Amino acid sequence: MTPVAAPHWSARLARSGRQLGTLAGLVALCLLLWALTPFFLTTSNLLNVLEQTSINAIVAVGMTFVIISSGIDLSVGSIVALAGVILGSALQAGWPVPLAIAAALAVGTVCGLVNGVLITAGRLPPFIATLGMMSVARGLALMYAEGRPISGFAEPFRQLATGRVLGIPAPVLITAGLYVFAHFVLARTVFGRYTYAIGGNEEASRLSGIAVRPYKTAIYGVSGLMSAGAAVILTARLNSAQPTAGVMYELDAIAATVIGGTSLLGGEGTLVGALIGALIMGVLRNGLNLLGVSSFVQQVVIGVVIIGAVLIDTALKRRRA
Amino acid sequence: MTNADDMPVLRMQGICKRYPGVAALTDVRLDVHAGEVHVLMGENGAGKSTLMKILSGATRRDAGDIFVDGRPADIRTPRHARTLGISIIYQELNLIPHLSVAENISLGHAPRTPLGQVLGIVDRRALRARATQLLGELGVDIDPATPVRELGLAQQQMVEIAKALADHARILIMDEPTSALTGVEVEQLFAAVQRLTARGTAIVYISHRMEEVFRIGHRVTVLRDGRYVDTLPIADASIPRLVKLMANRELTDHYPRRAAVRGAEILRVDRLSRRGILHDVSFTLHAGEVLGLAGLVGAGRTELARAIVGADRADGGHVTIKGRPADRRSPRAVIASGLGFLPEDRKQHGLVLGLSVQKNIALPNASRLAWCGVVRGRDERAQASRWIDELRIKTPSGDQHALHLSGGNQQKVVLAKWLAGRADIFIFDEPTRGIDLAARWDIYALMNRLVEQGAGVLMISSELPEVLGMSDRILVMRQGRVCAELHGADRTEARVLQAALGVAS
Repeated sequence: MTPVAAPHWSARLARSGRQLGTLAGLVALCLLLWALTPFFLTTSNLLNVLEQTSINAIVAVGMTFVIISSGIDLSVGSIVALAGVILGSALQAGWPVPLAIAAALAVGTVCGLVNGVLITAGRLPPFIATLGMMSVARGLALMYAEGRPISGFAEPFRQLATGRVLGIPAPVLITAGLYVFAHFVLARTVFGRYTYAIGGNEEASRLSGIAVRPYKTAIYGVSGLMSAGAAVILTARLNSAQPTAGVMYELDAIAATVIGGTSLLGGEGTLVGALIGALIMGVLRNGLNLLGVSSFVQQVVIGVVIIGAVLIDTALKRRRA
Repeated sequence: MTNADDMPVLRMQGICKRYPGVAALTDVRLDVHAGEVHVLMGENGAGKSTLMKILSGATRRDAGDIFVDGRPADIRTPRHARTLGISIIYQELNLIPHLSVAENISLGHAPRTPLGQVLGIVDRRALRARATQLLGELGVDIDPATPVRELGLAQQQMVEIAKALADHARILIMDEPTSALTGVEVEQLFAAVQRLTARGTAIVYISHRMEEVFRIGHRVTVLRDGRYVDTLPIADASIPRLVKLMANRELTDHYPRRAAVRGAEILRVDRLSRRGILHDVSFTLHAGEVLGLAGLVGAGRTELARAIVGADRADGGHVTIKGRPADRRSPRAVIASGLGFLPEDRKQHGLVLGLSVQKNIALPNASRLAWCGVVRGRDERAQASRWIDELRIKTPSGDQHALHLSGGNQQKVVLAKWLAGRADIFIFDEPTRGIDLAARWDIYALMNRLVEQGAGVLMISSELPEVLGMSDRILVMRQGRVCAELHGADRTEARVLQAALGVAS
C-alpha cells in the first residue's frame, strides 16, 4: 500500500521516451549529414547552426508555454518585428543599450498581455486574438519605421551577437541560459504547474481555485517577452531592425514545439522537446544549404519532416493507450 | 432462454491486458449465449470496462482468444467489431445532435436511391422506413424526423440501440444503461431488452444496481481485481453472495452514519437566485452535520452547488461562510475560505486527467507547498503519499496519471485535493455515482470522520437510500426551490419523494 518514494520507472521511461525518440531523430539527422557532406561536422559550422537556431529557439520557449496551456500564439513574428524597430530606433536616438533593450522587451510583453486579456476577459479564441495581433503589431512596426529598416548600431550592442565566450557565440549562451531558466519555471514553479493544469483541464483548474485568467494572461505575456528577446538577438545579428522581419516565425516556433512532442491539445509538453525540435529544424536547413538544395525544395522537406514527426508521435501514443 | 449445450455466440478466454504499471486484466474469460442477458459485475477497477473495450475493438488485448460463433476473431478496431455483429452502447452516448433520429440510425450506411448508388444520394423515404421499423421493434414511439438534440437521454439511448440493430448487432454491450434514467424510462429500456433477447440478441450488461441484475439478468459473471471470479445462473445468485464474490468481504451495513456533535453555523445561504434556475434558496449548514440535498435530476441541486462555490454567477442573494460574506466572483476566494467542492462530473470538473495523482492533489494548494513560487517537490510528494495511504487510493505511485485510475480512486483523488487543502466545508455532488462498493464504504467512513472533526458536509445525491442513510437533515429541491426540510423521524423515503415530486402526502 505504501506508495513508492521515487517516480515509477515505467512512468519515468514513458515520459522521457518521447524525448529520447526526438533526440535520436536529431542524432540520426546529424549522422546522415556527416556522411553526406564533409562541411557539416566542423566546429564553425555547428556553432553557426546553433547561432542560427537561437532566434527560433527563443520564440519557441514562449510558444511552448502557450501551447501547453492549450492556446496558440500567431503574433510572435510580428512582435519580433515591432520590438525590433522599437529597439533600433531607441538605439539610434542614443538611448543607453540596457534601456533600449528594456523598452523593446516591455513592448513585446505588453503585446502579449493584450493577447492574454483579449483571450481571458474578451473570451476570444486564442487563434483569433493572436491573428488580430499578428496584423496589428506588423502594421505598427511598419508605421513606426515608416516601412524602412533601421540599420547601423554601435559595437557594444552588437556584442550581443558577435561576442564570444570561450569561443561560444553569445546568442548560443543566451539561449542556453534562457532554456535552463524557463525549464526550471515550467517544471518546478507554481506558474509552470498551473500552465499544465490549465491546458489539461481549464474548468477543473478553475474549480480547484486556480486564478485561471491572470495565469493565462501572464502566459501570453511570457510569449510576447520571448519574442521581444528574440528580436534583440536578431537585430544585433543583422545590425539592422526591419519592420518586415519575423515573417513566418510563428510557424517555425509551432513546428519546433510540436516536433518536440508538445500536444496542440494542451496539458503536456516540455522545453527540452522544443529545443530539440528547434535544433532539428536548424540542422535540417543548414544541411540542405550545405548540400546545395534549393530553397524551394527545402520548404517541401521541412514540411514533410514536421508531418512525419507528428505522425510517428501519434502512432506511438496510440500504441501506449 | 439459455441453453448450456449451445455453442456460445461469444467466447473470450485467457484475456490479458496491461497498462503502464497496472495489470488491468489477467486471464479473464467470458461466455455469452444467444438470447441471454449476461450481467458483468465487479467493483470499479475490476476490469469490466477494459474487457468491454477489448471486445468492442476500442483497445487491443495483450493476450488471449476471442471466438465469435466458434470462429476465432482477432478484433482490431471498432469497425471490425461491428462487422462481427458486436456493438457497444457507452454511458456517454455517441449520437450527432443536429442530425435526425433516422439519419443517426443509418449513419455510415444510409440507403441510397437507385441512381444514388453511384452518386451517393440518400433515399430519404427508405431511411425513414428503416428507422420506423427498428424503433418499432424496440417498442418505442419516436418520430424519426426529430433532431436527436431534442430528445431526452432515455430516447437517445433507444436511438443508440436502434443504431446497433441497424448494424445487425448480435452481441450488444450496455454499460450502466440505467444510470441516468428515471423509473419509467428504466421499464421501457427493460422492455426493449426483452424484445431483443427474444429475437436472439445476446446482451452483455454492466451494472452496479443489484435489483436490475435480478430483474433482467440470466447469468452473471463477476470480475475482481482484473481476474475472473465466477459465472453463475441468476437463480443461484443472491445479493450477499454477489457482494461477497465482488468484494471478497461481507458488507452488512451500507450506511455507517454516526451522529456527531452539531456545532456552529459555518455556511449560510440566503435567498440565492439565478434567473430561471434557482429561486430564493435559503438554508444553513452547521459544523458536525451532513446535510442531504435530495431532488429529481434537473431540480437545480448541482446549479445551487455551483452558485455557492462561485462557478456560476447568481443574480441575487448572499452566501456567508463562517460569518463572513463570501466573494463569489470566482471559485478562488470561496475555496480560500475553506470550502471544498467535489463535482458531479469528476473527469470534466474534478481532475486534470493528464497530470499525475500527486500534482492533482496539489492543485488547490500548490502555493502553500511553494517557496518563492517554486514548488517544494519533497513536500508535495510527502503530501501525496500521506493521502494515498490514508484514503487507500489504489495507484502504483503518486506519479501515475489520474487518467489511469478507476472511477472510485479518481474520486478519492478529488477528495484528497480538498483534504490536503484543509477545507472544512464540503459540497459533495453525487459522491458515489458510478463507484464500487468498497470505495463507497471508504467515502462514507470519510464523511463520518470529517463531521466528527467538526467539518460540515452538504451532500447532493440522487440515491434515496444514501440520502436517508447518511444525512442528519435533508433538504428537498424541486424546480429550483427548496421545497422541504426534513428532520428526525420525518426523514423517510415517502416524505422525500412526495416533496421531490410535488405531491401532497
